[in-house]
Parts: sequence; structure tokens; C-alpha cells
Amino acid sequence: MVAKPVFRTCGLTGLKIHDEAEKLIKANAVVAIVVLAVGGLFGLLVALTRWPSVHLLPADLFYLALTAHGIDILIVWCIFFEVALMYFASAILLGSRLAAPKMGWVAFALMVLGAVITNWKVLEGNSSVMMTSYVPMQADPLFYVGLILFAVGALIACFIFLGTLVVAKAEKTYEGSIPLVTFGALVACIIAVYTIASGAIILIPTFLWSIGLIGHIDPLMYKVVWWGMGHSSQQINVAAHIAVWYAIAAILFGAKPLSEKVSRMAYLTYVFFLQIASAHHLLVEPGLSSSYKIFNTSYGMYLAVLGSMIHGLTVPGCIEAAQRKKGFNKGLFEWLRKAPWGNPVFSGMFLSLIMFGFLGGISGVTMGVEQINIMIHNTIYVPGHFHGTVAVGTTLAFMAITYFLVPALWQREIMFPGLAKLQPYLFGLGMGVFSLFMMGAGTLGVSRRHWDMAFSDAPHAFSHAPAAYLMMGVVGISAVVAVVGGALFVLIIVCSVFFGNPIKATAPAPAPSPVASYGSEEHASVPGTFTLALLFLTMFVLYYFVNWKYLASTWLMS
Amino acid sequence: MSITPPKAGWYNEPVDKVELLWVGIALVWALIMFAMMPLWHLKGTQNMSNEAYRIHPEAFQAKVDEMVEKYKVGEEGKVQTPVVRPPAGSDVYLLARLWEWYPVLELEQGKSYRLHLSSLDWQHGFSVQPANINLQVHPGIDEVVTITPTTSGDFGIICNEYCGIGHHTMLGKIRVVAAK
Repeated sequence: MVAKPVFRTCGLTGLKIHDEAEKLIKANAVVAIVVLAVGGLFGLLVALTRWPSVHLLPADLFYLALTAHGIDILIVWCIFFEVALMYFASAILLGSRLAAPKMGWVAFALMVLGAVITNWKVLEGNSSVMMTSYVPMQADPLFYVGLILFAVGALIACFIFLGTLVVAKAEKTYEGSIPLVTFGALVACIIAVYTIASGAIILIPTFLWSIGLIGHIDPLMYKVVWWGMGHSSQQINVAAHIAVWYAIAAILFGAKPLSEKVSRMAYLTYVFFLQIASAHHLLVEPGLSSSYKIFNTSYGMYLAVLGSMIHGLTVPGCIEAAQRKKGFNKGLFEWLRKAPWGNPVFSGMFLSLIMFGFLGGISGVTMGVEQINIMIHNTIYVPGHFHGTVAVGTTLAFMAITYFLVPALWQREIMFPGLAKLQPYLFGLGMGVFSLFMMGAGTLGVSRRHWDMAFSDAPHAFSHAPAAYLMMGVVGISAVVAVVGGALFVLIIVCSVFFGNPIKATAPAPAPSPVASYGSEEHASVPGTFTLALLFLTMFVLYYFVNWKYLASTWLMS
Repeated sequence: MSITPPKAGWYNEPVDKVELLWVGIALVWALIMFAMMPLWHLKGTQNMSNEAYRIHPEAFQAKVDEMVEKYKVGEEGKVQTPVVRPPAGSDVYLLARLWEWYPVLELEQGKSYRLHLSSLDWQHGFSVQPANINLQVHPGIDEVVTITPTTSGDFGIICNEYCGIGHHTMLGKIRVVAAK
């Protein structure tokens, strides 16, 4: 027998909240934050080892911590939180029941089990193979089993999300089209499905190889398929955190998209052009043709990059339009100056937006050029770039929305409001500087995933430029600042969830009208945002061509 | 709002000029960036070669040994790695294995060499510093790159693909002798 779904109305937002959906969102979000804390701690150990004058861990523990940090943050933290977001964007935003909540718990259990098994094997010390686990380097068979279980769980969660969309449509919980944020989550889900499929296609044979049932896994084939998971999983993050940006703009400012059509088209470019983008990691690989590399690395002639550049205008643009409507009309930037910079929901979101574009975005496109990658592949520039996307982009955006989810779902006030105000700046700016200086050190040739930049035990001698040491020092210091910010986040959220003052359910807020009354913002003028966009483009063009010039100065290769 | 369903007919609502302008600018920029890669293949001087062959590690090792025997001019470093000075324009072999680059190469500035890279075991990363050239090295693949050093001096070959516990000790050397 199927029990009748139980709903409550949110006193804060007026949203209709399905009891089972809420429990699942909470469970997934809590595990995500626990994993963030664990993965962040490993990250701190890695950073303190790469800080040349500290050089904390011995080599074996360094490679172990780095493997754990990569898996926990890049995969486990992001995907757990994204599952919570998918349930939120479907069941809660559509006022529907969640499809198959029992399967939701199965998915949750599989993901937890998988993450625990893989972490256990890494901590045992015989699976320090890095997140990428390139064959023929071999990990413990259970290392792969853990990842496979995790992937299966995540796949089930994707189908629950899709099922919920079907249920909501069939039960007419809303009219017309799904909201933009749900649409963004749908795009994330579509990417997630082929991402997870790629993971299964490569990890299952790799597991069979690790127990001796398959004789050989081709290293090049492994990389082409593995990165179909590794790279695409970061595109789930992009689609998801852009949905979070739009959601926060709506929650805080009541912002309407400048144009529903343009924003959705921008999302669609991801579905059409992101493909299974492995080539970013294979640009200097032997045995793959340049034409494959060029088409794949450019996401189909950069048309998916076009999508991101559009969001880069429309997200701040919708905030500007909403603020101007409220009368913040002076000059180009009064709307931004008078924004709620003391509210971590906003400051986290806006720092995430700016730094994702300027740090992660520009560097990502530039290093993804087939030839420019010759100067960048496997240097510490690469983690510099993806801390600019995953840490200051995705993680900071997820932190920002958590400050909204705690009062909305747990119905608790955020504790330590003073610290909460400071937290996004510590984490965001710390990570921003960290990312920037890693890219600097990478340009000077410092290697990623490397325990000793002084090469003390090597058969030959080589010294990096003193500037490289200086930059790695700054990397260490800024990592500590960011980790303090990250730890504060975990502390504030955990304390608020358990000990925060319950929010009294007074008169529930009026429910959003079932007949939607919102469309595009009409005739909004957004000169401030357009100025920011032009500044972004100028930096982008300059940085892009400076790198070509730098490439032209090195040895000739053909 | 973005968290509520849009009103019917949203698809036909007009798009503001500023937004269209930005889409246009971004599209042009995207296409310029796309054109740069094939263009650099035609006009640029730093490109990935598309030449690679399947090879057995033993066969590659044999080619390296043959070259070392023919062109060895000395030994160098803590483990007495042979130093070879192959003639300009010739096929030069560099082997990667846990955890060394073998042998030390002595090249002439401004001269071209057909450099063959392969690994005997796991994957390795060929990172010539401070020239900052980074290529991936696979077991079983003979990767051929025509390379012309334009600067002289001693260059480190850092392994920048993680290859186990001795990864950070894997450092080789290329010496580029100034043109006479």
C-alpha cells in the first residue's frame, strides 16, 4: 500500500513541501557537508605539504591525502549536494510529491556505502592512485567497487528526479513550463546520466582487471572513457551551480530572468555541445588526432562556452533589473553597492559568480586550447584552474544556498550570524588567491601531484625559479585562510541544524499562485551588468592572446 | 521568478537589445577562438604532432639501447646515466620508466630532432623546464615529435604524471648546446 504523501507549507517561502522529499534532501545535504569537512581536511594536509617551507607530510601520506581529497571533494561532496538540489528543484519547487522516496533511500545508502568503501581503501594506503586511477597503475579492487556503488546510487537519484518531473506534470501540481531553476537541474541531470554511464563503462572492466578476470586495459582508451566521467561530472557542477545562482537571485531579489527564452537556450547549449568532453585532458596525448581534440575541447566550436557567457550576463542582469525596480537607480553600480553584502546567501553567490567567470572560466577556456595546453598540461596550473571552478564556483554557491536551506527546511535560525557574514569572504577570497597563485606557479612549470619541487632525491639537479617558491608559499597561506572559511561553514551549519533557534511557524507565507504570473523581465535596462560583461570580455581576450604569445616563445614543435 | 513556472507565452516574449548584443559578441568571440586552433596548425610553430605508433616496450628499449651505444659521449648524475649526443635531424629516443628518464640527451640549439617518447611501465609526464613543454607519455605508444630547441642550457625533465611513490625523484635532463 502506498501511503498518502504528507505535505507542509513553508512559513518562509510559502512552498509546499513533501515530507519524504524534505527528509531525503536533509540526509543528502548533511552527508555532503560531512564529506566536505573530511575532504577539506585532506585538502589542508595537501596544501601544507606543498607549501615549501612547511612540507608537512611524508611522500606516501601526501599521495594518500591527495587521492582522498580529490575523490571526496570533486566527486562525493558535489554529487551528494547535487542530489539534494535535484530533489529540491523537482519536488519542492513544483509542489509535488517525490517519486519513489523508498528508492531515494536505496540510492542514498548505495552512495554512502560506496563513498565509505573507497575512502576506507584509500586510507588503508594501498590505493594512492589519485582520483584519476590511470591504468596500468592499480588500486585495491574494492576501491573501484566503492566508486561503482556510488555511481549506481547517483544514477538512481537522477531517475527519481526525472520521475518526479513526470509525477508533477501528471498530477498537475503546476501549470505550463517548469521553472528555470528546475530546467537547470534537468540539464544537470541529463549530463549526470551520461557522466555516470561513462564511469560505469570504464570502472566495471577496470574492477574486473584488478581481480584478474581481464588481462589488459588500454591506458589511452581508459583515459578517453574515464574523462567522460571525470570532466562531465564537473559540468554537472556548472549546470547545478548556475541553477543555484538563478535560484538565489529569485529568492533574495524576486528577480525574473531578463528573458526566459535566452536563459533556457543558454542551458540547452550545454545539452547539445558539451558532449562527452574528454579531450581537455588528452590534448597532449599521443595517438589521438588533432581534429578530434579541437572539436571536443572547444565543446563544439565553443558553443557551450557561449552558453556560459550568456549566463554570465543574465544572472547579474536579472539582479540588476530587480534592484533598479526597487529604486537603486543611481549610476552604473548603485544596484550592486546596495546589495545585501552582509547576507552570506548573497555574498557567497555573487563571489562565486564573479570568480567562477574571471578565474575558473577564463583560465579553463585558455588552457583548453589544443596548443596552449602544451604549456599547461599537468602543471599546478591545472588544479589552480579547477579550484577556480569547483571551489570558488560550485562549492561557494552551494554554501550560499545552504544558508537559505537551513531556515527553509530545518526551520532553524542560522547561528553565529557575525561569523556567517564573514564566512563566504574568507573561503571565497582565500580560494581565489589560492587558485590564482597556483596558476602562476604552473606557468613557471611547477608540477601538480608532486611531493618535492626541490627534487632532493633525484639523480639529476634542477631548481625552479625563486618566484615559483614564493608563489607556492602564497598558495599555502591562502589555503589556510580558505580552510578556516570552510571549517566555519561546517561549524555554523552543523550548529544551526542541531542547536539553532527553531523558527516559529507563524502565519504561513502566502503560497505562490498556482497559475504562474511570472515571465521575462520586460524592457529592463542593465547598463551596469553590460559594463561588467565587457570588462570580463576584455580580460578574456587579453589573457587568451598573451598565452598564444607566450607559447610562440618556446621551443618549436611539430 | 526563476523558481516559479513562467507565464504562458514566455517563448514569444521579446528579447532585450542588450542581451541580443551580448549573445552576438560572445558568439563572434567563440568562433574566433575556434578558428585559432586550426590556424595555428597552419601558421604556428608549436603544434602537437599526430604521429604515433603502437610499440612493444622491449622493442622501444632496444631502439634506445642502440642509440645509446652509437652516440654515447659520457655519464652523468647520481646513477651515472649515459649522455648521448645524436646528430641533428636524427631519430632520438627517450625512455620513461619507474622512476627515471633515460638517457640524458645533448642537443644542438636551432637544430631539429625527431624525438621518440615511450614508457616501459606506467604513464609518465614529459615536462621540460623551464622551456615549459609538457607531453603525456604512454606505455605501448611510440610518440614522435619533431622538436627544435631554441634556447640553450641545462633543462630538467620533470615527470608530471603521478607514477607512484618515487614519482618526485623522477627527473631527467636535456642539455642544449649553443649553436656554433
